[in-house]
Amino acid sequence: MSGLFAALSSAVAWLASVIDPLCGPIGIFRLFGSGTLLACDNAGWGDEISYGFMITATLAIATLPVGLVFGFFIALAKQSEERSLRLASNIYTTIFRGLPELLTLFIVYYGLQILVQQFLASFGYDGPVEINAFVAGMIALGVVFSAYCSEVLLSAFKAIPRGQYEAGDALGFHRGKTMRLIILPQLVRIALPGLGNLWMALLKDTALVSVIGLPDILRQTGVAARVSKQAFEFFAVACLLFLILAMLSSIVFSALERWTKRSEAGR
Amino acid sequence: MSHAETMIPPQPAPPGIARPFTAQRLIGNIALGIWLAASVGLFLLMVDGWDPEKFAKYGPSFISGLGVTLGLVGASITLGALLSLPIAFARMSKNKILGWAAYAYVYFFRGTPLIAQLFLVYYGLGSFRPQMEAIGLWWFFRDAWNCALLTFTLNTAAYQAEILRGAIQSVPRGQTEGAAALGLPPRVAFFKVILPQALIVALRPYGNEIILMIKGSAIVAIVTVFDLMGETRRAFSRTFDYQMYVWAAILYLIMVEILRNLWAWLEDRITRHLKR
Repeated sequence: MSGLFAALSSAVAWLASVIDPLCGPIGIFRLFGSGTLLACDNAGWGDEISYGFMITATLAIATLPVGLVFGFFIALAKQSEERSLRLASNIYTTIFRGLPELLTLFIVYYGLQILVQQFLASFGYDGPVEINAFVAGMIALGVVFSAYCSEVLLSAFKAIPRGQYEAGDALGFHRGKTMRLIILPQLVRIALPGLGNLWMALLKDTALVSVIGLPDILRQTGVAARVSKQAFEFFAVACLLFLILAMLSSIVFSALERWTKRSEAGR
Repeated sequence: MSHAETMIPPQPAPPGIARPFTAQRLIGNIALGIWLAASVGLFLLMVDGWDPEKFAKYGPSFISGLGVTLGLVGASITLGALLSLPIAFARMSKNKILGWAAYAYVYFFRGTPLIAQLFLVYYGLGSFRPQMEAIGLWWFFRDAWNCALLTFTLNTAAYQAEILRGAIQSVPRGQTEGAAALGLPPRVAFFKVILPQALIVALRPYGNEIILMIKGSAIVAIVTVFDLMGETRRAFSRTFDYQMYVWAAILYLIMVEILRNLWAWLEDRITRHLKR
């Protein structure tokens, strides 16, 4: 079993090294950066920054589905007829939309550490506990994302007329099927611009995880800046990489929006 | 002939239909229970770890940190509002170069993380110390607070320019034409006709922007400005007491909630004439 995992992870690593847009065989740094500070060998910082780029992109992409699913269920809870459910979900959004993302990150990172430590201490283990920064970042960003996401989805839910649910009833669908076949396709179409904005915010928030030591773009460029004493150049590269990520995602999102609106094109 | 011989005796109302105990209710009660348990747990943690000495030592520094946060956000929002005016007009101008430059400015500041911009200004510009000293600007960039103010002002100006532009463009064309028909000069028409209507649209996004700035300002703690977050980090690094973060969270939540309610009241107030 472990052999399978090792094979899988090495296959993924190989794939990542081939499609790496910065230091892969046709990467930007490989083509234009050799001999400079951004070279992909041991002399330059290209490979480190490329690794950070991958970490940032991975963190954002890994957080997205978690936050979306969680946000969807919170949006459902917010429009439930049950008062306790509404109250509980409103408390959730109030807290996590009001706290600074950095503070949420610290609370999750140190709080988890303390919780796990106390949990293990009850089993008689007193060693130091280190929480994985990637997991802590994913939880903190996912929680914040889901809080905002629930608001976007809630307003999208409100834009869908009651008649659509009644149509589902008239066709004899049960609630899950109505949701899946009738409501969700319209929901995606309405919520997509808002979700696009949230994705951009998520992408920018991933820069905060550099503070708890995850080697993302900002951390790697920061290390490079400190060692090479060329802070401006390296932080400009960091900003540029984030800009590239933002541009790529706006292209993807406008394509998605066109795709969801394909049935409306004639009108 | 039949008529009622006796009155029907008064009867109690029929019993209400008992609310069924649905799965939703179960989940809702469990979720509320979790919140209750968490708040009681935090409360006990704070009572348990309550230390008057710590409170006397770090309480004042929390207050001063709060002051630094509010001052920084207030100053950068105000300066950003001033700076956003020319940017918004450049963005709307017919001049291609001006419009393009303003677009590039806005795109850069909205497309990159605030923390990366802060590092670019504080560490990046800080590495040009000899040049700065030559032109006499070093005193400004030497201080982390100034760098944070500059970064936040530039950043919020980009966001506020977009808010302003969207709001101004949301005012129908007929309003401009109507003002022109009444013979109002363009300047008067803008300030007396267009802007008041635009500000109603812009109010809510402005409130969101201020809240975003309050939350975003926490990152100045990383470049050694002792705002609320910075004081919290300092206190935590000295005491390793987790409740420092809880205190900071409560203070931030209070700030944001006050602002949110204030904004809801403001919006209610200035849209009185639109209510039916």
